[in-house]
Amino acid sequence: MKQKEYRMATAARTGLLFLKGVPGVAFGDRVAIRDQHGRKRNGQVILASDEVVMVQVFEGTADLSLEETWVRFLEEPFEMPLSPELLGRIFNGIGEPLDDRPPMISRLRRNVNGQPVNPVARAYPREFIQTGISAIDGLNSLVRGQKLPIFSGSGLPHNRLAAQIVRQSRLLGEESRFVVVFAAMGITYADARFFREDFESNGVLGNVVMFINLADDPPIERLILPRTALTVAEYLAFDLDLHVLVVLTDMTYYAEALREVATAKGDVPTRKGYPGYLYSDMAELYERAGRIRNRHGSVTMIPVVSMPSDDITHPIPDLTGYITEGQIVLSRELHNQGIYPPVNIPPSLSRLMKDGIGRDDTREDHPRVASQLYAAYARALEVRNLASIIGAEELPELDRKFLDFADGFEQRFLAQGADEDRSVIETLNLAWELLSLLPADVLTRVTEADLARYHAWDGRKKQEAVE
Amino acid sequence: MSEPGRILEINGPLVMVELAGVTNGEQVRVGELGLTGEVIGLEESRALIQVYEPTEMLRPGDSVTPLGHPFSVELGPGLLGNIFDGIQRPLAGLMEQGGERIPRGLEVPALDRDRRWRFTPEPGLEAGHEIVGGTVLGRVQESEALEHRILVPPHLHGELLELMPAGEYRLEEPIARLRQPLGGIRELRLYHRWPVRQPRPYRARDDSVLPLLTGQRILDTFFPLLKGGKGAIPGPFGAGKTMLQQQIARWANADVVIYVGCGERGNELVDILESFPKLTDPHSGRPLMERTLLVANTSNMPVVAREASIYVGVTLAEYYRDQGFDVVMVADSTSRWAEALREVAGRLGQMPVEEGYPAYLGSRLAAFYERAGRVRTLGGDLGSVSLIGAVSPPGGDFSEPVTNHTKDIIQTFWALSKALADARHYPAISWSESFSDAVEEAARWWHREVDGRWAERRGQALALLAQAEELQRIINLVGAEALSPAQRWSVEMARTLREGLLQQSALDPVDAYCAPRKQFLLLDLMMRVHEEGLELIGMGAPFSVLAELPLMGQLRRAKSQYGNEQLDQLASLGERFRDQLAQVRERYREQKG
Ligand SMILES: Nc1ncnc2c1ncn2[C@@H]1O[C@H](COP(=O)(O)OP(=O)(O)OP(=O)(O)O)[C@@H](O)[C@H]1O
Ligand SMILES: [Mg+2]
Repeated sequence: MKQKEYRMATAARTGLLFLKGVPGVAFGDRVAIRDQHGRKRNGQVILASDEVVMVQVFEGTADLSLEETWVRFLEEPFEMPLSPELLGRIFNGIGEPLDDRPPMISRLRRNVNGQPVNPVARAYPREFIQTGISAIDGLNSLVRGQKLPIFSGSGLPHNRLAAQIVRQSRLLGEESRFVVVFAAMGITYADARFFREDFESNGVLGNVVMFINLADDPPIERLILPRTALTVAEYLAFDLDLHVLVVLTDMTYYAEALREVATAKGDVPTRKGYPGYLYSDMAELYERAGRIRNRHGSVTMIPVVSMPSDDITHPIPDLTGYITEGQIVLSRELHNQGIYPPVNIPPSLSRLMKDGIGRDDTREDHPRVASQLYAAYARALEVRNLASIIGAEELPELDRKFLDFADGFEQRFLAQGADEDRSVIETLNLAWELLSLLPADVLTRVTEADLARYHAWDGRKKQEAVE
Repeated sequence: MSEPGRILEINGPLVMVELAGVTNGEQVRVGELGLTGEVIGLEESRALIQVYEPTEMLRPGDSVTPLGHPFSVELGPGLLGNIFDGIQRPLAGLMEQGGERIPRGLEVPALDRDRRWRFTPEPGLEAGHEIVGGTVLGRVQESEALEHRILVPPHLHGELLELMPAGEYRLEEPIARLRQPLGGIRELRLYHRWPVRQPRPYRARDDSVLPLLTGQRILDTFFPLLKGGKGAIPGPFGAGKTMLQQQIARWANADVVIYVGCGERGNELVDILESFPKLTDPHSGRPLMERTLLVANTSNMPVVAREASIYVGVTLAEYYRDQGFDVVMVADSTSRWAEALREVAGRLGQMPVEEGYPAYLGSRLAAFYERAGRVRTLGGDLGSVSLIGAVSPPGGDFSEPVTNHTKDIIQTFWALSKALADARHYPAISWSESFSDAVEEAARWWHREVDGRWAERRGQALALLAQAEELQRIINLVGAEALSPAQRWSVEMARTLREGLLQQSALDPVDAYCAPRKQFLLLDLMMRVHEEGLELIGMGAPFSVLAELPLMGQLRRAKSQYGNEQLDQLASLGERFRDQLAQVRERYREQKG
């Protein structure tokens, strides 16, 4: 169908184009725009009435001439063509190729907004993913279908960590690896290249679909980019039965773009100027992770969120934390001490861990060891605080043991190489080595049986008793 | 019924329609797909409608049909064990007809029309009797655990013309006929409808009170809630609001539990759907799912349906209350509900007062929580609705409007602390920031049923915790050596209280539910050890001898060591303690002498 082309724009600002007197335009309709130079832009209707139509223009409205702007309403929502050929391709936010190859063509097209999964159709995610990283596998385990963001800050190694997770993730006892959907929103060229080279050097580029919007690309395109990317991820997972890892980086730039448009629309601002619907908007994205009953594939999501001024209460990390199933928080302090990955353990959490670890998944003692490590480290940090005031020499012996534990925990358990791939059993054994620095009496989160089996100190004592 | 109208403007979930003759609150169908909507404002011949489904591809000119009745729910047997969306569509039915993803405009009735129920008329009730709203017409075994009472809908009364005999009936089949005072004849069925925004009537509030027991020590022993009470659980993300609400849903001594997932995660509902059928209700011995009902509007479902889901939930709760049951409704999270209000207010251009919230936030919250209570029902029974709302304050800051208003309204405040959650102290309920207005009432029950020293012991424990916090401040300045041995002992025992009593992991199969008697035994034992220890220190026993008593580790592990059926063993741990302390006493008595 050939749609009518209108030249009725009355205003254009901050990515919004206003038209008057175009009747019967549908809410959410896809819009094709031609500017005075004949260049194409893409948009979507975000307010529809017979008097006025508001269009959000993904390429922005910079240097549009109102008289020479031609607008066509395509009478369809924004859709992404889907086929197995997507793997190995690179696109922009609206699904146009950036890799000098022809545009995607397919009879199968889906609305990028997706449709909410019926909770009854979901399967609870419970399959342990071994990332080979002790801070994650031991204490904040990732499971297939989880959404687990990395909360970071400028200059912290979130990219390195995300790339390591992508590279090393696998299921115990299964050959199949993950395919990757990589969605870059507002990151630098250097960061995008880092990921690309990492995929390339691991020979997985053919199993990656990339969506790229760089720091100098139009910000409004960032609003649709994760939707396009997630539509592809859902297709790979639930139509093609693949296990998909989605990296969304950086959600902070996404949210900033949302604020920019919201302000232009005149939406009521809430905290730090972000609109009240930031929560729901981000939830629409994050909730697309998961598993579906009777489907083989899964969508596991690793969003990167950089915390402005390292502030975890900033609306973007804060609302993210309210939606995702935990968070891996990076610490500048540990980073400055040269510890990689600098995972800040107390505020980090994986909510789906409880069902993915233990006897049938990793090892029987895992849940209790994790809880004990957390508790011991929390107490050790308190002691360290105290030591910094009154001096370590003044501390009782037990407290000094906690200090040793904290050092060992950070330098041996947390710290590892960017290419070091530890099995979860190695991680747990390492944990016991460190817990053995403490007397069994204070380890109240593990059982007597655990202690007898794994606690070296206690074990030696028992050994002596037998002899 | 009025004529269909035409859409003028679509602005997200809000649609402006040229539509005369409708009333505020009326339900409508929007567009070709027949999306569900509700009239929320009227201006001359125009109606403002909030649409409970995505409005994508609606266009000006599309038609809107008013349904002639307010937004309401179906009430009858077949609710329990089910999961509904925010506008009471059964999610299992939606999946059967619409697939894995929720389609738009699909209409599936809440209650199964084909199912037959075995109805037993109320003995002694006969044609000719005067009946009123709330009269029990008969009973239906809804689940093994619950006998559903078929009520005359509120606001109806008149002469019973006919009551059907015992037998199998479908929902739509009449089970009674009623002659109304003005002459009309009304057929009564196994179900009726009720508008969600209108509280269901009752005869009177009832002030006799009982604690709602949840098996969670920090709740029952320290910050109790009453049946019919209102409680709030504020806390930053990841602090444990959902886990705590799930614990309450599992273990509370209620007949019916309504779990409203409002703007939260889909997987959390799956968790309940998968785990509850396998868990048993400690009070009835039946699978938990038989007494549970879920209302789910997850965070990725349309925002305005969140606002409705809370009212759907509380109306269902009132309906079971009216049958004489104790109902608990947990709502996770009321903040998402408030945000839905804010969203609509913002689009309506209403003046925001605090953080974008409209001025009526406080009164809406209060009106919602007012629907809690223990009442004498229209039928003369006692029933209760307890409401427990999670609050998700931005940045974990309790001074924000939703937490603030909620705090003014509720009786019990379980404040979750990020510091405790970070240290994996669960439930991360702060004993210094939480409060309960119901301690005195709860004490009556504890003293009668468990032990007359409950209130005293509880007070001592709280005082010890507060004292230890003070002392900890000193330690942090100058080290533990600066404290007297007695003070160090108090700090040590406060740690034991925290680890051995306050901490209670939901994942620990032995400790997840702690019976009231076990709660008291643990509390009493710890406080006794504290007291006697102080006495021994007074006699000259060094702190380290007490702190290193071989039983101290066991005292902290006792909660997981002894189940609710092994209280005699817990008591014998007390005996062994007595012996050990007596030995120490001997030693220092001799030294002194
Ligand atoms: N009582 C408990 N016992 C054991 N673990 C707990 C308990 N409470 C919380 N946790 C742990 O904390 C995690 C987070 O809890 P939960 O999901 O209830 O937080 P929340 O306050 O509801 O967060 P949000 O606001 O983001 O929904 C859980 O996944 C679990 O690991
Ligand atoms: Mg929660």
